[in-house]
Amino acid sequence: MDQKGYRRGSFQSATSDEDMLEIAGASADFTVADDDPPLDREMGGFSSYNGGGMNGTSTMMDFLEEPLPGVGTYEDFNTIDWVREKSRDRDRHREITNRSKESTWALLHSVSDAFSGWLLMLLIGLLAGSLAGLIDISAHWMTDLKEGVCLAGFWFNHEHCCWKSNTTFTDRDKCPEWKSWSQLILGHGEGAFAYILNYLMYVIWALMFSLLAVLLVKGFAPYACGSGIPEIKTILSGFIIRGYLGKWTLVIKTITLVLAVSSGLSLGKEGPLVHVACCCGNILCHLFTKYRKNEAKRREVLSAAAAAGVSVAFGAPIGGVLFSLEEVSYYFPLKTLWRSFFAALVAAFTLRSINPFGNSRLVLFYVEFHMPWHLLELVPFILLGIFGGLWGAFFIRSNIAWCRRRKTTQLGKYPVLEVLVVTAITAILAFPNEYTRMSTSELISELFNDCGILDSSKLCEYVNDFNSTKGDDLPDRAAGPGVYTAMWQLALALIMKVFITIFTFGMKVPSGLFIPSMAVGAIAGRLLGVAVEQLAFYHHDWAIFSGWCSQGADCITPGLYAMVGAAACLGGVTRMTVSLVVIMFELTGGLEYIVPLMAAAMTSKWVADAIGREGIYDAHIRLNGYPFLEAKEEFSHKTRAMDVMRPRKNDPPLTVITQDTMTVEDVETIVTSTTYSGYPVVVSRASQRLVGFVLRRDLIISIENARKKQDGIVSTSVICFTDYCPPLPPSSPSVLKLRSILDLSPFTVTDETPMEIVVDIFRKLGLRQCLVTHNGKLLGIITKKDVLKHIAQMANQDPDSILFN
Amino acid sequence: AHRMFAPSSQNSASPVLLLVLLGCVLCPPAQASKSSEDIRCKCICPPYRNISGHIYNKNVSQKDCNCLHVVEPMPVPGNDVEAYCLLCECKYEERSTTTIKVIIIIYLSVVGALLLYMAFLVLVDPLIRKPDPYTQPLHNEEDSEDTRSLAAVPTLAGARANTMLERVEGAQQRWKRQVQEQRKTVFDRHKMLS
Repeated sequence: MDQKGYRRGSFQSATSDEDMLEIAGASADFTVADDDPPLDREMGGFSSYNGGGMNGTSTMMDFLEEPLPGVGTYEDFNTIDWVREKSRDRDRHREITNRSKESTWALLHSVSDAFSGWLLMLLIGLLAGSLAGLIDISAHWMTDLKEGVCLAGFWFNHEHCCWKSNTTFTDRDKCPEWKSWSQLILGHGEGAFAYILNYLMYVIWALMFSLLAVLLVKGFAPYACGSGIPEIKTILSGFIIRGYLGKWTLVIKTITLVLAVSSGLSLGKEGPLVHVACCCGNILCHLFTKYRKNEAKRREVLSAAAAAGVSVAFGAPIGGVLFSLEEVSYYFPLKTLWRSFFAALVAAFTLRSINPFGNSRLVLFYVEFHMPWHLLELVPFILLGIFGGLWGAFFIRSNIAWCRRRKTTQLGKYPVLEVLVVTAITAILAFPNEYTRMSTSELISELFNDCGILDSSKLCEYVNDFNSTKGDDLPDRAAGPGVYTAMWQLALALIMKVFITIFTFGMKVPSGLFIPSMAVGAIAGRLLGVAVEQLAFYHHDWAIFSGWCSQGADCITPGLYAMVGAAACLGGVTRMTVSLVVIMFELTGGLEYIVPLMAAAMTSKWVADAIGREGIYDAHIRLNGYPFLEAKEEFSHKTRAMDVMRPRKNDPPLTVITQDTMTVEDVETIVTSTTYSGYPVVVSRASQRLVGFVLRRDLIISIENARKKQDGIVSTSVICFTDYCPPLPPSSPSVLKLRSILDLSPFTVTDETPMEIVVDIFRKLGLRQCLVTHNGKLLGIITKKDVLKHIAQMANQDPDSILFN
Repeated sequence: AHRMFAPSSQNSASPVLLLVLLGCVLCPPAQASKSSEDIRCKCICPPYRNISGHIYNKNVSQKDCNCLHVVEPMPVPGNDVEAYCLLCECKYEERSTTTIKVIIIIYLSVVGALLLYMAFLVLVDPLIRKPDPYTQPLHNEEDSEDTRSLAAVPTLAGARANTMLERVEGAQQRWKRQVQEQRKTVFDRHKMLS
């Protein structure tokens, strides 16, 4: 049983030395370049000044004392202290408000401080929207680059290349300016050799793109791989991962996202767009003091940035805010709601003005039909919901198993090779089938499309009876041969996508999940929709159809089934509820389809929850062992605080510091011989009455500073944590006063407190540690990691393998 | 230890760079002149009786974007025009070629710059730094032992050697160590991001 285990706030399970070293050094991503003389140990370079006292009861003396740089900041892979950050922000606000009465300049300062939040949201929206536009346009172009090139200007993709030329009705995609690779190399596009050449070029381009992507990720910003949403969830709950939202991660993620999407891999760009938007939020926070120095306020901004990210991904501002509220954020104060909505709107508006899809649409697969649906169609919709739930649960299980294998076995040692192999398999399997050859967004767009008289795709090749057509309102028709071909091709595409996505999500390139799951659902939905449509056409005299679906009426819309299927599968994987329905109905632009969408989403969530409790993001959090305290689940066991607290029965007693009897040397010994992230301060060892709590980092910085700057501080100087230090004989060295770094209001519970309440306290207040007292005397300590391990133990999971140890 | 605190020009320059990039990205749509080749009205007319389907394009403004203005020459006689036009679907579309060109060129230049920088770091940098025994090549996955020894030897001579070149050097060394740390966490120890 490791002693050092319990109060280890840091993620590296190592000696205190390594703690101070490169991990801390690696955190200085965005230091405000303080020109203060550096500290000896490599811990500094950190941004903030403590804006005032650390606890709510700061006195004038604390303001007069200049706080040391570095005090009040956090080490990498540590949890922030929400209470402290919030009270610091309140102090700062109080100070500014008090000072604003003094002079006009101070008044202006307070007004600008109040508006800085809105200005920041505006900037985040602008930057996120522009980056999304860049990603969309580049991805669109590069996807088409695998098939050919435009002679009229290499920067045009297929659609834009043929924009100007006169295309015929039957051959709407062909135009003389766009040359496929075989046409360019061989001079003609027909024949077996041309096909093979096209195939080869497709695979080669795909491999090149993915190779470039993984090399850039590995070489410049390893944090840019994966989806990003599990890590952002953890960061928003109070964890610090330095560099995860930095500028290099932003640049590399944007660039490699385009490359990964263009290489034909079965991944989407929505999850990584959330990461990109949060990086923008983090980077822009450094322009404003209010957000740069306070980790809690910064997380509010990150919540809003995440909303902006989803908003540009789907063109759904409200859905984005709800997604941020439901999936990503941990603490979401109501003030953030309005600001997130503003950021999401600005981002959507910026994207719209860049106009990536040429028709003022924000998403490629915007749906424009408004056909009514009948109540009896709820049966197939619920079937789609069940399919979505089953697929979601299956996908989560298999993906987690594969990712665990990647973590623990030899597979993880060859990331570049893994990416290349998966890309090669995907490209080789995808090219023959036209529905997998096209990009997934285009596939979804085609599946959502309702067949009109003008559509010439294979999926719309119904047997037309032109004499009976009235305008654009087509009745249900018999399926032509094109539809049958499309059906089995789609079925093959479904099988391929179901399996290849398992191996793609989680690779070392930016990969999102939304689009592949929507594609799987859309294919399943369209298949079912066409089946129901043909059933209704051939058997319109059956009892279930005769009432509402007479011959010649347009009653079944397969596009709607595709949409409902997409929602069901997405809900099954991510377990989104409200945000999913809102995103889908913002995509369709109408409220007609809310009931089918809700029915499918609810069914899929219930079915998936019955099989496995967690969504994909929570499952990844648990796989990686992030210290994330799940806010949605109830803790229902009857344990008490004394069962969880440290030290346990056989451990040595709690390491404490006395308030005025320990010397500098004693404290340094304690600090170097243990790796706890904080120490309680008591009146004396005999009484064990609690005075406060002091953090390790603040202690080290203060002692270092005092040794260098203050006169007369030597190893035998006494450290005094109180206001009035006991008088010492005149020959003794001067006293080191460390009252300012002591937190005088640590949270305590008694040892008989039920763990339900303790877990609730940790969740609601965002505590890092909580002291346990018995009859008023300090008995032990419970940290967030202890709580997490206890929850894991109660759920019969292996607590040691889960957390960062 | 001092190199950590040397004001990093790289760090302060990059928000500026980002804003410049943002400006570049936003400018094209802002000043994209609606050249006549970038708007069109597209009418798709399906086969009708014995007339085959056809697509008509014309540069007209949005209010004139309907069948009567765009479909020329009208393939059906006067009394059938209305029936024919009911079948046709007209859409007004606009795009900005300048935006597309600028964005693609920006993207390709960034990718090119990153590739060049990576080639420089892998090939040229070790050759330049060969005399210095404490620095390591970028892709070296050594243990933290080496990073500790690296930390022990400052590459900047003294706290005040803050010439531009040395500051950039220091920032680059710091960045390289960060990337190495990240790579260890993600690729070697698999602690994060599975």
